[in-house]
Amino acid sequence: MEWRVRLRTGRMLPKDEKMRAKRSIWKVAVEKGIEVVIHLCGISAIVFVFGILFFLAREGLPLLWKEDTTFSISKFFGSTEWYPTSMANKRYGIFALIVGSASVVTLAMVIAVPFAIGAAVFVSEFCGPKIKETLKVIIELLAAIPSIVWGFIGLTVISPLVIKVFHVPVGLNVFNAAFILALMAMPIMVSIGEDALKAVPDGFREAAVALGATRWQMIHRVLLPAAKNGLLAAVLLGVGRAVGETMAVLMATGHAINIPFVTSDGEFNWLWMFESVRTLTATIAAELGETGQGSDHYRVLFLLGILLLSITFIINFTADVIVKGIRKQI
Amino acid sequence: MNAPGRPAVGPGAGAGVTTSPFVVNDRVRRKMRQEKTAQVVFGLMVVLMLLPLFAILSFLVIKGAPMISWEFLVTNPKSGMREGGIWSALLGTIWLVVVSLAVSAPIGVLAAVYLNEYARDNWFTRMVNLAVLNLAGVPSIVHALFGLGAFVLFFNMGRCVLAAALTLAVMTMPVVITSTREALGAVPMSFREACWNVGATRWQTIRRIVLPNSISGILTGVILEISRKAGETVPIMFTGAVFYRNIAEGDVFAYSLREQVMALSMHLYTVATQVTGVPEALPFAVATVLIAAIIGINSTAIVFRIWLRNRKKW
Repeated sequence: MEWRVRLRTGRMLPKDEKMRAKRSIWKVAVEKGIEVVIHLCGISAIVFVFGILFFLAREGLPLLWKEDTTFSISKFFGSTEWYPTSMANKRYGIFALIVGSASVVTLAMVIAVPFAIGAAVFVSEFCGPKIKETLKVIIELLAAIPSIVWGFIGLTVISPLVIKVFHVPVGLNVFNAAFILALMAMPIMVSIGEDALKAVPDGFREAAVALGATRWQMIHRVLLPAAKNGLLAAVLLGVGRAVGETMAVLMATGHAINIPFVTSDGEFNWLWMFESVRTLTATIAAELGETGQGSDHYRVLFLLGILLLSITFIINFTADVIVKGIRKQI
Repeated sequence: MNAPGRPAVGPGAGAGVTTSPFVVNDRVRRKMRQEKTAQVVFGLMVVLMLLPLFAILSFLVIKGAPMISWEFLVTNPKSGMREGGIWSALLGTIWLVVVSLAVSAPIGVLAAVYLNEYARDNWFTRMVNLAVLNLAGVPSIVHALFGLGAFVLFFNMGRCVLAAALTLAVMTMPVVITSTREALGAVPMSFREACWNVGATRWQTIRRIVLPNSISGILTGVILEISRKAGETVPIMFTGAVFYRNIAEGDVFAYSLREQVMALSMHLYTVATQVTGVPEALPFAVATVLIAAIIGINSTAIVFRIWLRNRKKW
């Protein structure tokens, strides 16, 4: 049999047409169709991201150039007065909500970060393969518990505990929500932190141990500095998750508009973590159901959504850049 | 042989020399103590992290378990949700999950096939990856706003199962994309090359070689996606879930696509915060059912994954 080489593809084909294996046009068409569908699905993620941006903007942005409204950008960010349902004078100031979100998330991270990093170090450095597997499975299961259940726990378990232990009048407060958020964010931080530690080459560990370092010395002089970017990414992703959390904080913060750091006399409130606050996410969840479509209040809630989306976008993007940086290094 | 101050070589060689690495002296003891302390401290951190969680979860289950029975699962909530069971909520959750899965699983798997098998390493692929990553990080409340703005209002579906399921589908898509990619990536390149070399096209290779070899990994991802969908509250709150609906008991087709449904997660929110005079154990029972369902589904995925890892041939 004579062969010829097709120049474009480099494939060998028999010269005699009859000897060539051929598929029916129908089959080729179906295959092409499937490939088109696969490509369409491939870009779906981009479509969804732009869809989210578009529809949030479509519902929220018209308020920015609307006349005869009490809404203004400077008051939106600068004012603490959030009275969207007031009859006489509707006011949309989200400063207190931002402070509420920030205080809860910060306290949650203060609680969660040491434990999460400690647990990540333990899982990656100290335990045998069996315990490691078990711990990873447990952490994965914990990460799956839905936020509504956490909110319920805050409401029924943590709240009475907080009242009893700290002798404060209200159990639904910054501390309660931060504690819940810390428990929620820990699993993701542990698993990403463990990945970061695993990415440190074994040569680093061996070199440290060969020089006579104990495991503790090896961890804090070699491992933690080497993995610090990955650990930072883990913390950032934990922050991202905590900022966006809705149901749990809605149920556990007490949902009162309040700047926790200032007492009624205008002094710094040392017991700020036992004040009730309200967060950005919880505000949307609590009020969206009661607004008329197209009203100013409704559009402001969408603007809050855009704000949240931008915050989490920046956080996740930074975390991704950090992780990518590590991958290039090693 | 043993120059003073230099470490001895060989067992017993440095007996009496304090710098010998083979003699347990004070410095070595101190180091060993340090080592033990570090291990205990880090172990303690894990225990401190896990202990409250287990205490809380078992508290929920202990309070809720006495109420749970077959009756509880298959009767509708009664008298303003203060009595009866959770049938309509349970069925609603199942409906939402199934409809949503029917949309997101195929799209998610095919998207992963595209990213792993077709996409070249160029700026567009990086864009897609960035989009998947960001989609995973978008807060659930933003998905809720999107679902309301897009499906309920723009596409004029109204609040119904379909709108809520689509919102859930968009939200959980990254889960299935990421895990499917991992499963596809685990199939060795040589499998594909062997297949291409006998003349198969790209799609034939995917259909006959790549997918069959990664199907268990893909299924694991899909199972995880189910559990994620079942637990979500916010995205369905404004797109199709209602506080209360009465449906025919025992009929799994009691809902339809264009109706509003109850959902388990939403029901927990309702009985925990919106209704007064609920018997104390009722919300605990609902929470227990929800936790049990989620942990059950996830455990299935984990067992599946372990089984798969042990069975792997390459």
